[in-house]
Amino acid sequence: MSLFQGNGLACWRGEIPVFEDLDFAADAGEALWLAGPNGSGKSSLLRLMAGLLEPVDGVIAWGGAPIAADREAHRARLRYLGHLDAVKPHLSVAENLRFWAEYWDAPHNTVAPALERVGLARLREAAGRRLSAGQRRRLALARLLLAPAALWLLDEPTAALDSDGIALFSELVAECRARGGIVVFSSHEVLALPDVRRLALEGIAA
Amino acid sequence: MSGFFALVRRDLRLGLRQGVDALVVVLFFLVAGALFPFAIGPEPERLSHLAGGIALTVAALAALLSLDRLYQTDYEDGSLDQLALSPLPLELLALAKALAHWLLTGLPLLIAAPILGLILRLPEAGYGPLLLSLALSTPILSLLGGLGAALVLGARRGGVLITFLILPLYVPVLVLGAAGLDAGLGVGGTDPWLVLGGLDIAALALTPWATAAALRGAQV
Repeated sequence: MSLFQGNGLACWRGEIPVFEDLDFAADAGEALWLAGPNGSGKSSLLRLMAGLLEPVDGVIAWGGAPIAADREAHRARLRYLGHLDAVKPHLSVAENLRFWAEYWDAPHNTVAPALERVGLARLREAAGRRLSAGQRRRLALARLLLAPAALWLLDEPTAALDSDGIALFSELVAECRARGGIVVFSSHEVLALPDVRRLALEGIAA
Repeated sequence: MSGFFALVRRDLRLGLRQGVDALVVVLFFLVAGALFPFAIGPEPERLSHLAGGIALTVAALAALLSLDRLYQTDYEDGSLDQLALSPLPLELLALAKALAHWLLTGLPLLIAAPILGLILRLPEAGYGPLLLSLALSTPILSLLGGLGAALVLGARRGGVLITFLILPLYVPVLVLGAAGLDAGLGVGGTDPWLVLGGLDIAALALTPWATAAALRGAQV
């Protein structure tokens, strides 16, 4: 049995079946790449893994216990990066990140190093609305650095990132895995990450 | 609870920085209220008799102005997912959002209420009761409004929907708030304020649960 696994998962979005009878498994230190065409259910699977969606069928478990049995514990162990950046345009870069540090009760002194790490330190006072799409993505990645988490769920994390940003992402994933964390991410790009298991989602043909 | 206060502070900062919400609410409250003397005549007796109903009605309409964005911007930029995946329960999140809304709209209305009282020729003895009625009514407007904002989340023309959804629920608040002002002016007893206080407690106890359920539904 793997630390994080799902069995027999089925997901519907409204009246449309997205996938059925899907299994996944990941252990500490592993990375799982969700690959597949548009509409194949990559984002839906990540939302199921996060507990933002309920599967129509099947069970997702952490350490053998269904995540639905203790939502609070599951929320505490994960960081989720959706395809939207959750950046407030009227807050500065530092204020955006400081809010999440306060909201998650993470130490305040993690904000400056996180901004430094993602290359946004010089823009710390810039308003969120002044950032480019790639810079907003970097700010979203900085949220992952506020406090260590056992599970990263990342939806298209490298979207809009330049080559340096993609290299940074690879480093962050490697560090998370080295700490024993599990990284699950979706991407249309083939990323140069070592020892990544690929989970192909085909979707359900109409 | 640090997450609760962090969210209140963030919403206050956003509300003040975007600048217009609190100002628009107050201006609407005063301008809409100032129309009534033109429509029904400037006689002090008639105006003061209607002042409670007018003040409560324009307060309810003013509170509606910014409600459709209470959760919508967090929903549209992905923040709501992040908020929902945090240790703070959704019920407390709903309470924090309602508190921030009240601080940005209800409190400015309270501060502006004496000016409306002047416009409506409210007798001197009526200012205290007017403030008490608004102080007891506006938290319910924010709590019920938060529920409405969560229910219409993701819907097209949510701002219109929320009006139809929430205004009928505001009716008891308007009736009791206006009756409270009458009571303060010596017409009737103080029961309306007691009932209004009871409604405050009921709204405080029930609406966060209902709002949280609506937010969970909106994320599917």
